[in-house]
Amino acid sequence: MSGDPCDRCEELLQDFLDRTLSDAEWREAETHLAGCDYCSRRYRFEASLRRYVKTSAIERMPPGLMAKLDELRGLDATA
Amino acid sequence: MSEPEPQTEARRIATEARDRARFEEEALSLADQVYRVARRLVGSREEAEDLVQETYARAFRSWRSYTPGTNMRAWLLRILTNLNVDRGRRIQRTPQTQPLEETDYYLANKLASAGGEQVLETDEVVERMSQDSVVNALSEIQPQFRDVVVLVDIGDFTYADAAQILDIPIGTVMSRLHRGRRALKQRLAEGAVT
Repeated sequence: MSGDPCDRCEELLQDFLDRTLSDAEWREAETHLAGCDYCSRRYRFEASLRRYVKTSAIERMPPGLMAKLDELRGLDATA
Repeated sequence: MSEPEPQTEARRIATEARDRARFEEEALSLADQVYRVARRLVGSREEAEDLVQETYARAFRSWRSYTPGTNMRAWLLRILTNLNVDRGRRIQRTPQTQPLEETDYYLANKLASAGGEQVLETDEVVERMSQDSVVNALSEIQPQFRDVVVLVDIGDFTYADAAQILDIPIGTVMSRLHRGRRALKQRLAEGAVT
């Protein structure tokens, strides 16, 4: 391991939130976050950004589409 | 050679009709989730509606190729993403240049340098970006990265599902996801800090 520990923590950010870090990397991130406000703030920001992106991007199905899909039932493989 | 017993044949037909109806019910119950992904893969609501209808038409025709008990949502999305690529309808707003490789703290750093570190402590900091700007930023990511971000972050698919849907290795899913998210934050940073 070399370099700035905050740079290293930044590299682990996405996998940390995706819960795909190895046990060793997980401990490494947690240890650093426990003592680093700078990185902790950025991790929390990322988590809330992800939630916001998801809520913003979700659009409900337009009314009427369900009925059109329902009409497709029974479609023949040869049709 | 004798004809199948009429009763056996009737039972076979009844079983198949029941299996088929069950398949259609399950597929339709997923329509809202399928639409949610489709909507962010194409540029307009109309295109998303068309794409979802074409997907269901194909799914209902080939229902026998679905293996009961497997992930039907992923099976439907695989049909959908293939149709989408075939029709060349993916949003292509950006010129085909390599995205800048910004790092993961980029957007947070931009916001902090404009509003101070404490701005990151507030829950509303993300909400200052309009929902439209998020949707636009998403549409501006290169399609190959956006497909993965939409499947995983909007559609809640696992890496493995996304790999299967897009027919790419899991490692590719992960690298595209990481780059796509960074590209998204870079776009948001351009809009958020003026």
